[in-house]
Amino acid sequence: MTAVAAPRRRGRLDWDRVATIARTDLRQLVQNRDFWLPMVALGAIFFVVIPAMLLVSITKLGNIHAVNQISQALDALPARAKAQILGTTSTGRTSYALAVYLFAPVAIVVPLTIATAVGASTIVGERERGTGEFLAHSPASVGEIYLGKLIASLLPGYVTTVVGFGLYSLIVNVTVGPEVGGWFFPTREWWILIAWVVPPFLALTLSLVLRLSARVKSTAAAQQAAGLVSLPLIIIAYTQSTGALFGAANAGWYIGAGAWVIALFGLRRGMAAMSRNRLLGVADES
Amino acid sequence: MRRRRSTPARQVRVNPGVAGADPVPVTIVCDAPTRPDPGGPADPDAATVALVDVHHRFGQKVALAGCSFTARRGAITVLLGPNGAGKTTAIRVITGALTPTSGQVRVFGLDPSIDGESVRLRCGVVSAKPALYDRLSGRDNLRYSAALYGLDPDRAPIDEAAERFGIQHALGQQVGGYSTGMKTRLALARAVLHAPDLLLLDEPTSGLDPESSAAVLTLIREQAAAGISVVLCTHLLLEAEGLADEAVVMENGASLLAGAPAELTRRYWPRAIARFSTAEPDHAGVLADREGVTSYRRLADGRAEVELDDLGRVPELVRALVDAGAKVTAVEPFAPTLEDLYFAIRGLQRGTMTAVPA
Repeated sequence: MTAVAAPRRRGRLDWDRVATIARTDLRQLVQNRDFWLPMVALGAIFFVVIPAMLLVSITKLGNIHAVNQISQALDALPARAKAQILGTTSTGRTSYALAVYLFAPVAIVVPLTIATAVGASTIVGERERGTGEFLAHSPASVGEIYLGKLIASLLPGYVTTVVGFGLYSLIVNVTVGPEVGGWFFPTREWWILIAWVVPPFLALTLSLVLRLSARVKSTAAAQQAAGLVSLPLIIIAYTQSTGALFGAANAGWYIGAGAWVIALFGLRRGMAAMSRNRLLGVADES
Repeated sequence: MRRRRSTPARQVRVNPGVAGADPVPVTIVCDAPTRPDPGGPADPDAATVALVDVHHRFGQKVALAGCSFTARRGAITVLLGPNGAGKTTAIRVITGALTPTSGQVRVFGLDPSIDGESVRLRCGVVSAKPALYDRLSGRDNLRYSAALYGLDPDRAPIDEAAERFGIQHALGQQVGGYSTGMKTRLALARAVLHAPDLLLLDEPTSGLDPESSAAVLTLIREQAAAGISVVLCTHLLLEAEGLADEAVVMENGASLLAGAPAELTRRYWPRAIARFSTAEPDHAGVLADREGVTSYRRLADGRAEVELDDLGRVPELVRALVDAGAKVTAVEPFAPTLEDLYFAIRGLQRGTMTAVPA
């Protein structure tokens, strides 16, 4: 007979199981081209296509009309943000402002969208496919299942952030860099944002999305609910585009720290709310 | 491993207070005293599974209402009942996937709501839907299960399990392309991959063609023969007939009756029964007054059914019929099946059957 692992002390997490659940969810995601192809297209539009088209249009084709219009709009930025804009020419300053304050904050919605879409379908999807029954009868604890699914949702979002901003950096540095005296992106604030602020925001959003996806009855409903959860971060991204949020020197660090605290609290609450009943789809009846 | 068999505790039980049904006072008259709680063993820890007076509610909806039964080691225990009888909920309670509202559940002597991981590590479950990951290959489904049950996926007996259920040729294919029968076979292979001590099967032949269904039942018998305890839910009486070492008849969340089918039918119909067909049905009336006949009744199809103190009296009854001028066309002993028992019990429960064999 095959030896089966002995049960662990109650309350202890088996990280091998967490990794197994996360890995399996990710493998299914990779197999599901209908899911990830639109997501890749979305990322390409926001990180590559739109920035490349507009910045090339301004810097290489000399679209004076667009430059003048955007230059006027820059006057609305906070003084601290305006002071940080590099470049001596109108084209250079306009391109820099677009790259740092407009395109990048808008693009940050993409990893969030991907993470929430994966997260929204993860538990409710198990129920819809009937595989929740398998997990509910498995020896994995609800905590292990929850964390596995959280990691499986978090990773695509963060990989999108890193790869997306990597490509974005390349494009803006190649197109705008010569106008402003060299490669400039990511700026110090954007390094903090990508490495320190985005991860807890993804985790926080996912903790809420996972709670929602465990409660709602269909993936579609979970995704709609996830859309509502995403709104606060979209607002933060637009605020950043004006330079107001990260104007203060250390604001990014504080916001990230606060987001981590709230995210960890949210994850704890989310894990506590998870149950086998929800995997079986009988929670709503209890 | 040889199948371990012990003398089963014979149990006859009727629960008159079934939630959701009109309370019909029911008595089964048999040659053994009816026990108040025969579903529970004297020592609940002695059986692989023991449910004693288990209740579970989903809000206002009653899922289990006094469910009691035991499942012995190495035996096939069949939970029989219509849809909504509480069979699936019973399975979920056994693994600890659901914690019952009240009652006692013991699996391997443990309480699944407390020692869930220990219990689930020793259980293999096949749900009503195979619960497989369609986008993964058959092999990846098995590897996933192996890893969750603490096996090294690279060393787990994946090919052996798949071969046992005749699905090894399709391990490389995505499960989404499998037929229903293939999915069931893969789900069975997954359930036994970690060598469980208890197999819980929820309508495993649902949606299968007769050939695949028969093959799956054979495989289940083989598992039990290898010493694995099996609890199987079904509403198919014929399926249960040849499979059940123990049967539990359920309705509206309650277990109406539990025990070995042969023993249950013998207790329900304690005397020999023979059925006589005659060209002129009225002639059979002479049987009612013959010596050794304890009851006589005419069936809807015109045959006469008599209960006898001894089946050896049949020749003299035939002679009596012939002497009375009857042309006897057929005589057959009646061997009650689980199906007969099931409908008799449910008939009693609903009050549509009034006569109880004495």
